Amino acid sequence: MSNHHHPTMSAAARRLAAFALPLCATLGAASPASADDDLAAVKREMQQMQQQYDAALKRLQSQYEAQLKSMEKRVEAAESAAADAKAQAGAAQQAVTTAQAAPAPAAPAAAPQPAAPESQASAAAFNPAIGAVINGTAMSSNHNPNNWRVPGVMLGSDAKPPPRGFGLGESEINLNANADQAVFANLTLAFERDNTVGVEEGFLQPTALPYGFTVKAGRFFSGIGYLNEQHSHVWDFVDQPLPYMAFLNTQYDDEGVQVRWLAPTQMFLEFGGEALRGDAFPSGGSENHHLGLGAWSAFVHASDDIGDSGSYSVGLSNLWTTAKNRTTTNALGSTDTFTGTDRTTILDGIYKWAPNGNFAQTYVKLESEFFVRREAGLFYPPGGAPQGLRYSSDPQTGFYAQAIYQFMPQWRAGLRYDQLHAPNLGLAFAGTTLDDLGATSRRYSSMIDYSPSEFSRFRLQYNLDRARPGTDNQFILQYIVSLGAHGAHQY
Amino acid sequence: MRRARILIAAAALSAAASMPAHATLNVFACEPEWGALASALGGGDVSVYTATTALQDPHQIQARPALIAKLRFADLAVCTGAELEIGWMPVLLRQAANAKVQPSAPGYFAGAEQVQLLEKPAVLDRAQGDVHPAGNPHVQTDPRNMRIIAAALAKRLAEIDPAHAAGYAAREKALDDALGQGIAHWLEMAAPLKGKNVISYHKGWVYLMGFLDMHEVATIEPKPGVPPGSAYIAELLDQIPNLKASMIIYAAYEDAKPSQFVGEKSHLPAVMLPFTVGGTDGAKDLMGLYEDTVKRLLAGLGASGGRS
Repeated sequence: MSNHHHPTMSAAARRLAAFALPLCATLGAASPASADDDLAAVKREMQQMQQQYDAALKRLQSQYEAQLKSMEKRVEAAESAAADAKAQAGAAQQAVTTAQAAPAPAAPAAAPQPAAPESQASAAAFNPAIGAVINGTAMSSNHNPNNWRVPGVMLGSDAKPPPRGFGLGESEINLNANADQAVFANLTLAFERDNTVGVEEGFLQPTALPYGFTVKAGRFFSGIGYLNEQHSHVWDFVDQPLPYMAFLNTQYDDEGVQVRWLAPTQMFLEFGGEALRGDAFPSGGSENHHLGLGAWSAFVHASDDIGDSGSYSVGLSNLWTTAKNRTTTNALGSTDTFTGTDRTTILDGIYKWAPNGNFAQTYVKLESEFFVRREAGLFYPPGGAPQGLRYSSDPQTGFYAQAIYQFMPQWRAGLRYDQLHAPNLGLAFAGTTLDDLGATSRRYSSMIDYSPSEFSRFRLQYNLDRARPGTDNQFILQYIVSLGAHGAHQY
Repeated sequence: MRRARILIAAAALSAAASMPAHATLNVFACEPEWGALASALGGGDVSVYTATTALQDPHQIQARPALIAKLRFADLAVCTGAELEIGWMPVLLRQAANAKVQPSAPGYFAGAEQVQLLEKPAVLDRAQGDVHPAGNPHVQTDPRNMRIIAAALAKRLAEIDPAHAAGYAAREKALDDALGQGIAHWLEMAAPLKGKNVISYHKGWVYLMGFLDMHEVATIEPKPGVPPGSAYIAELLDQIPNLKASMIIYAAYEDAKPSQFVGEKSHLPAVMLPFTVGGTDGAKDLMGLYEDTVKRLLAGLGASGGRS
């Protein structure tokens, strides 16, 4: 255990004594010496002294503040001079060094001092905030994850459980900073297990728009739903709920522009819309079909507190996408092709509760989202009719509900139920990917995780997966470790 | 576009429904001490919203959308800074669409930037727990810090709202006088505490220790932000007889159980301190915060039989 009697503190105490003693002497000489030891008089005197001492202290403080200010100005002046002319750089540097080397004003007492300006001499001072996340899994399952499917639904390439055995999950590197006075920029690179690197997000965001507007331009996770924007390392389960896996290929990530408007209301009320390229599943074939503008979204989110302890958020989102010759791999490893439109509607609701709103000890988080999705167009199964099968039907629906409970610091447990339903399209689609096999896909998940700190998490999850025919028991171990910059977390 | 029309109509309706009054300066305070300070300095010229309560761990606040809505209106955000709010404030700042309160703007005020921080780590390594690179951010526990910060905040208020500058200056002077007299009074009250050793739950008291000339000789958290395990507690209990501690202190927002458990086992009183305004019934405002803190420490010392 360290001794907290800091050496500089005792030096400061000595200075206090040096300052206070002459003051006492002066006061002592000035005060009328009474013959008897009148306690009250002494007390009064002490109080006066204290007040004078305080006043002197304040005066000194403001003097030093002013001195510091002028020194800062001098440093600034010297620095700007250096920037102006290279020839003057040497002299300016000298001025800077002199200013920095000048002894800090001696504190009149052990009292706290105003902060001294810190110099940012090195070029590295402007490096963006850098964070890395390493995510790994180990899984055991009855069925091969690569054959994972949801009967009646075409799936994107990321819609499958983690690989069996040990596997590095999606790891990422994030860089972000204010580019200048007007723009914030963020770049997230995702590393996949197959050694490919992708730009998960790369966007800029003006920082000074008026009237409650924010704009994002570049590649980003769409603001639809609740989970779509969340990076995988903050998910409460290893995998995404079934509707996100099946309808959005886990998350809708595309290039374009997002505009949000935060209404000037006491509660949180936000409207947003996006114009997107339309390259990501369920879009496809952006280049040759819709000239690089193939997806649109609109969403509204509302949220408020319920007393000190609770808070909720609800949202309604719509995503419109178009696909031209979009290819997906089916369960047999061959290729389905689709040309048409896709409209996904998401209703989301979140409720969080912690005793007195203190999330450090225990908390509860309830979350649910409901999906309705309509696809319409032409479906080309492998080896099928070259003119395609006209495909337009009742909507597919998806739903999940989950509860997370932090029962003690560092430990959380969670339950999740998710399901997906595709309509029966009749005999024409029998045996194809769009054959729903007359069943609703369901999955039951439970997890427990332990977080030694904010920067690491270890999770054990069990899925009873009945998405495809039969039952798959999936046991998944996961670690998530964050390095570097301390990320702030979305609600 | 029917869709667009509906959106616009809904937006206009909601905007009209709850336009806040702009007569006063809107202050968004990250923690209760800054809310209390802004109220004391701003009086009727400001309208203060405090984002957190004294019963919430300021390190672990959820970036609730309701806070984003409140920050959107703010003319001035008053926070601790020194990365105390790093887990949540950046989200609010990014989404609140309010250029006035961005950290480089005059509308963002960080209390910890006004005073010299202590316990600045020499080596930055998260193996040392959730350390703050700039130093210990819990500056509000020393009233002498509060005086310096009050002066700086009053200046900032006057800068943003020059029309009421005289009011801010007058209230700053009144608060400064009160704190000045309070400091003398609290130090006199706290004379028996001088030189005493305490064990704290979290390293949140370095400035209070400096003010009262007390010493933190151990913490119940093995590393900042890391809850203690039973092995660490056992080790701590073995050490306590050598530490000559008078009491255990913990903040109102912290779990009382570990502190009380260590207190029981080591026969030391476990003293709950307000930590910030609103942490206890006595800590109704800034003056009450310091008064109640000293009173509780004295009560703790009494209960420990004046041991040191």
